[in-house]
Amino acid sequence: MGAVVALQTLLAAQTLWRAGRTAALAAEGESTGHAPLDALLPQGGWPRRALTELLLPADGVGELELLFPTLARMTQAGGTVVVVAPPYIPYAPAWQAAGVELAHLEIVEAQPRDALWAFEQCLRSGTCAAVLGWPQKAEAQSLRRLQVAADSGDCLGFAFRDRKHLANPSPAALRLEQADGAWHVRKCRGGQLPSRNFALATH
Amino acid sequence: MLWACILLPQLALDSVLRRLPDPEKPLALVTGPAHLRSLYAVNASAAEAGLSPGMRLSAAHALLADVATVEHDAQAEARWHRFLAAWAYRHSSLVSAQWPGCVVLEARASFQLLGPWPRFEARLREELTALGFAHRIALAPTPRAARVLAGLRDGMAVTSAPAMQEILAKVPVRRAALPEDSGERLHRMGVRDLRALRALPRDSLRRRFGLNMLAHVDRLYGEADDPLDYYAPPDHFDSRVELGYEVEHHPPLLFPLRRLINDLCTYLSIRDGGVQRFVLRLEHEENTHTDVEVGLLAAEREPAMLFELTRNRLERVSIPKPVVAMRLLARELPPFVPASRDLFDTRAQQTLPWPQLRERLRARLGDEAVYRVAPAGDPRPERAWRRDDGRPAIAPVLPPRPAWLLPHPVPLRGHGLRIVSGPERLESGWWDGEDARRDYYVLETAQGQRAWAFAPPGEQDGWMLHGWFA
Repeated sequence: MGAVVALQTLLAAQTLWRAGRTAALAAEGESTGHAPLDALLPQGGWPRRALTELLLPADGVGELELLFPTLARMTQAGGTVVVVAPPYIPYAPAWQAAGVELAHLEIVEAQPRDALWAFEQCLRSGTCAAVLGWPQKAEAQSLRRLQVAADSGDCLGFAFRDRKHLANPSPAALRLEQADGAWHVRKCRGGQLPSRNFALATH
Repeated sequence: MLWACILLPQLALDSVLRRLPDPEKPLALVTGPAHLRSLYAVNASAAEAGLSPGMRLSAAHALLADVATVEHDAQAEARWHRFLAAWAYRHSSLVSAQWPGCVVLEARASFQLLGPWPRFEARLREELTALGFAHRIALAPTPRAARVLAGLRDGMAVTSAPAMQEILAKVPVRRAALPEDSGERLHRMGVRDLRALRALPRDSLRRRFGLNMLAHVDRLYGEADDPLDYYAPPDHFDSRVELGYEVEHHPPLLFPLRRLINDLCTYLSIRDGGVQRFVLRLEHEENTHTDVEVGLLAAEREPAMLFELTRNRLERVSIPKPVVAMRLLARELPPFVPASRDLFDTRAQQTLPWPQLRERLRARLGDEAVYRVAPAGDPRPERAWRRDDGRPAIAPVLPPRPAWLLPHPVPLRGHGLRIVSGPERLESGWWDGEDARRDYYVLETAQGQRAWAFAPPGEQDGWMLHGWFA
């Protein structure tokens, strides 16, 4: 019985992993601006220095509304947000009404073959607060490059992709899927998958 | 003030010799019309064989059959003269190249930086030898005296005015660089040196030889002001690299390009300027060329960035004909304002500033590829936004608008369309021929998308999709 160690000492040494506790990571995320969603995510927001994958059934299901609070906060603080090869025209009156400071919003037009390059350049540069991209045809290897670029550029990357890519593994730190009007967390680094989902109020 | 004169006795010859692999072989510069060719200058080994400047080319060939001849190019000589003035400008702020075949520079102000005269002189000689120019150097209190002394004895240095007057007194009139042929005429009249010349009455000298000669002598002795035409560095950059072979692909152009860009950036940092627009000219045979224009949104002078940008532009240009030379022309050199940055900026490491990133994107994707958007005052949705061009934005208060706008409305088909809100009638544009009368509705599709679509006034059919509430 000489090996008996008091439970308190073990806990105090913080060498034990306790299921269901992810306190160490709690303060690291960039708040999404939606309190219920923050509560679901292990880091309390978007993972920093990482790629977030948003899987959509179609365009126009509230994907930008999900990001608008974050983008508005970043641009109002003077951070540059780059939108690389958007599928439609970012409509200035609506973005402005959502609180986005248009002087810090940069649109980059690119052909599909250059879009990945531009996306990676922006992520890697370290000058952007967030970069939005639509890598529809990218395979896992390209996504890995984007993830590494986001890490080295200390930047939030958002990749919008079709829902059919859910079956494929992805190096993104966080994957959210939009289905039936709600956002489901499909992968989150550093925590367990929450069982609940999150629905935007307006949708 | 102390003036150093660098006399270049064989400037034309040196500018040719320095580009030849074997400068020891007999060489002569020839000039004159085709039927009356004569020698302009000869190098040492040709002179040894009896050739001398002014000799007829046929006579030279008779003396030395295998003498190499090069056409004398007065423009090239002038260009090298300017080049040496620019070189001298690195050692002094007052440089003049107004007299042919020599460069004078004010030396005293530079002693503190470059050391006393012997060290300064050694430095000048070393650099000139490395550049491949024969030279004679002298130092004197006036520029004209320095020029005269350099012609008399190489390496002479006189620092005080009395010592200079003593030496000048013994200078033969033929060697005093007097204007036109006055020196020769004075010599024939029996006036041998400057002391004798100065002893003559000024008035009669002026009548015989003109005011110019008197002024020259006064300036020589430092008794009159001597305004020189000072060298000023050019306010544009123009540099050319001869390739020496024909190039049809991009990769061999990159090395000379890097040299040109580095030269440009050195030049810019000397001027403390930046470059916003320049042309890279690819020269082909028969006086044709291809221009690659590089434009930036802000002035820059970072060599790595400029190289990468130019390289990107160059690689998108197809080379129609073999390239024999490359030239970089920058006419507008606006002042360079570096971006201010905090000392304790946390993101400073390895970051690429946004202007540089923007230029990199524009270089590859096209000039119009990166832009900002701004709202505009027109009620028609397709005109209610524009690319931001710096004009103040007008943002009228509007009902909810979609975050995505389609470039052109497309028919919206599908079942299960549900009207969420509407109509909002827009009727406008009768004045510019693009009359629009539409009823806008917010629709929800079966997939849960929110569409912004319009129908003709009063109808709820034939939907045209114009945006997505994303």
